[in-house]
Amino acid sequence: MIGLKRQLVRKTQYKHKGDTIEREEATTVVDEALAEIGSNGGLTKQTMITQVTDSLYKQLIRAYEERMPTEEGPHSLDEIRGQAFKRFEKLGFPTVKHEDWKYTNVQPLISQNYLLDTSTSQAEVAIGKAAIPNLDTYRVVLVDGIFNAELSSGIDVPGLHILPIQEAFDQLSFAKYFAEYADKTDNPFVALNTALFKSGVFITVTKNSVLEKPIHIIHVASATEPLFTQTRNLYVIEANAEAELIESFITEDNAANNLNSLVSEIVVHENAKLHHYYLQLAGKQSSYINHTEIYQKKYSLYNNYNCSFPGSAFVRNNINVRLDDSQVESHLYGVTLTAGNQFVDNHTVVDHLKPHCESYEWYKNITQDTSTAVFNGKIFVRLDAQKTNAFQQNNNMLIGEKSAIYTKPQLEIFADDVKCSHGCTIGQFDNQALFYLRSRGISEAQARVLLVHAFAFDVTNRFANATVRKYVEHLVEQGLENG
Amino acid sequence: MLSIKKLHAEVEGKEILKGLDLEINAGEVHAIMGPNGSGKSTLGNVLAGRESYEVTEGEVLLDGRDLLELSPEDRAREGVFLAFQYPVEIPGVSNINFLKTAINEIREYKGLPPVEARDFLNMVKEKQKLVEFEAKLANRSLNEGFSGGEKKRNEIFQLAMLQPKLAILDETDSGLDIDALRIVARGVNQLRSKDNAFIVITHYQRLLEYIVPDFVHVLYNGRIVRSGTKELALELEEKGYDWIKETAGAENAI
Repeated sequence: MIGLKRQLVRKTQYKHKGDTIEREEATTVVDEALAEIGSNGGLTKQTMITQVTDSLYKQLIRAYEERMPTEEGPHSLDEIRGQAFKRFEKLGFPTVKHEDWKYTNVQPLISQNYLLDTSTSQAEVAIGKAAIPNLDTYRVVLVDGIFNAELSSGIDVPGLHILPIQEAFDQLSFAKYFAEYADKTDNPFVALNTALFKSGVFITVTKNSVLEKPIHIIHVASATEPLFTQTRNLYVIEANAEAELIESFITEDNAANNLNSLVSEIVVHENAKLHHYYLQLAGKQSSYINHTEIYQKKYSLYNNYNCSFPGSAFVRNNINVRLDDSQVESHLYGVTLTAGNQFVDNHTVVDHLKPHCESYEWYKNITQDTSTAVFNGKIFVRLDAQKTNAFQQNNNMLIGEKSAIYTKPQLEIFADDVKCSHGCTIGQFDNQALFYLRSRGISEAQARVLLVHAFAFDVTNRFANATVRKYVEHLVEQGLENG
Repeated sequence: MLSIKKLHAEVEGKEILKGLDLEINAGEVHAIMGPNGSGKSTLGNVLAGRESYEVTEGEVLLDGRDLLELSPEDRAREGVFLAFQYPVEIPGVSNINFLKTAINEIREYKGLPPVEARDFLNMVKEKQKLVEFEAKLANRSLNEGFSGGEKKRNEIFQLAMLQPKLAILDETDSGLDIDALRIVARGVNQLRSKDNAFIVITHYQRLLEYIVPDFVHVLYNGRIVRSGTKELALELEEKGYDWIKETAGAENAI
């Protein structure tokens, strides 16, 4: 049965490679073939799945064809979108046959029906779920990807420019960076996002500005009918500027299922510093396919702290850092705590292109119940990147007896004078430690919390912001109790 | 205070304790000696509730309460404390946070409110002084990077903080040099009172020069084969464990 299903999927995939008309003809043929199998072998259900998958694809094509050419802004945006859409048509949705998507089956997600517009977004949403105690921030709220001025606050400060991305098309700096980085990867969701994104934000931290407070972007999923959002962000941190950026993902309790594709391109200019936090707190109905592409210039620092907690059914993060100048430093930290039947996949690329750079990556996964976590970290040290210092570590703790972890640390070195290391461990609770704590009067549940904190400690103690760190530790505790 | 009757226990299907009897009253210090493999550490672990040790027969009462049916944490809350032979290093769990959690859980069990931060820190200072444990504890992980001696002293410090009824010292002297041994013993002596009791498990008589026991028991082949006062320890030191093996063997033969 399974073998057959895969075969069907691949067939559909193959059809995606043709242009639209040919493809539709071909699809008819496949559908007939399926109907035959259906009558012979009772596979009607799978036939339906394939057809529905097809309909999202069709829907997207229709959406692309029907969209109005961008009114304001340079004509080149239409060109970029057009090329991106062609790329997407060529690539199609990924299947588990693709190495980068081996454990990450998007078919169940894309075989559902979604609205592509935000007509059922809620006007009033609660953002309390994203509140970080004792932290004063510049708040930016996106409801189903759309900038909400009423809920946003305190963002009118010197050195910080925040614009809904659809109002940024005519800005020079937007044109200079947009689609220059993420679109060079072969992620089909990036191509699709470039072609069809509707909203997002364009943030600039101007030259020499050191922001007093962190920028807190709250992504709220609210639509009461199933929704597929495509959000696009561009963050530019100009020379010598310093900023902290926290992005929280939450879901309104009464929201319907939603699939969110978020692509963020980040440029960190010379001697600039950006601390970037992802806090994945969304509800079960929400699924995410996120892509973050970071481009760094000389003497710059970029730190990413990527935290996922029980909730969202499906999360895929691609985080790629390109160190395209000398004396660049990048840190990628991750804490993933999963529960229930959750699936969280973190794919990272650290690409050393120039000499004398340093990267440091440490991801920790803790899986409860029947959840699954995936880590795939790839470090490239290109021929030019002599004297590179690259470190990568991934540690995993399986709590749920039926939980699963797939990890793949990768290192590709083309230069000959570098210092690189990578490692990975998979383990369970340390029963000696558990007994030691219990023998001092600490309950088993509390002892487990302490040990998970201890496990995550290597990562959480690197958090630059102590308030966020405390908050994340609290979320870990909460995630264990509820898990 | 503690009453052990006909205690049988096994590890991985192998019987280690084979009918052990022991009565301990408040205010007493009992030393348990014996050759390697006689079951000394097993006794400590069984009393503390380590799950890999299975009690197959017998009973253990702490002030009339069945200890064996309690979880390890509830035993600790009832006042049992095991000073480990090999204290575990737990990177990422801070000493202070660990102790505070332990004290507050014990207090909650007894229906008391959580300890005030200031009172707690004063207590830490006071008890550290009492047991001469100078290691900096703030911002340090539990036992991480501690020397063997420091780990053992941290056990005595925890003992001072938790103030148990019954403390079991499992070969606390192993791996200690003579100075560290003296300090550990002085700490224990400071903590002795008419309300608490100690079981001192040791292989050598040396420790008992510093912690003077009221009773000495010799454990051999899973049972206590001889009991006496501190002079028994001296006799053992002189004659060696072979003497016990021979006499115990002879008794068994009879």
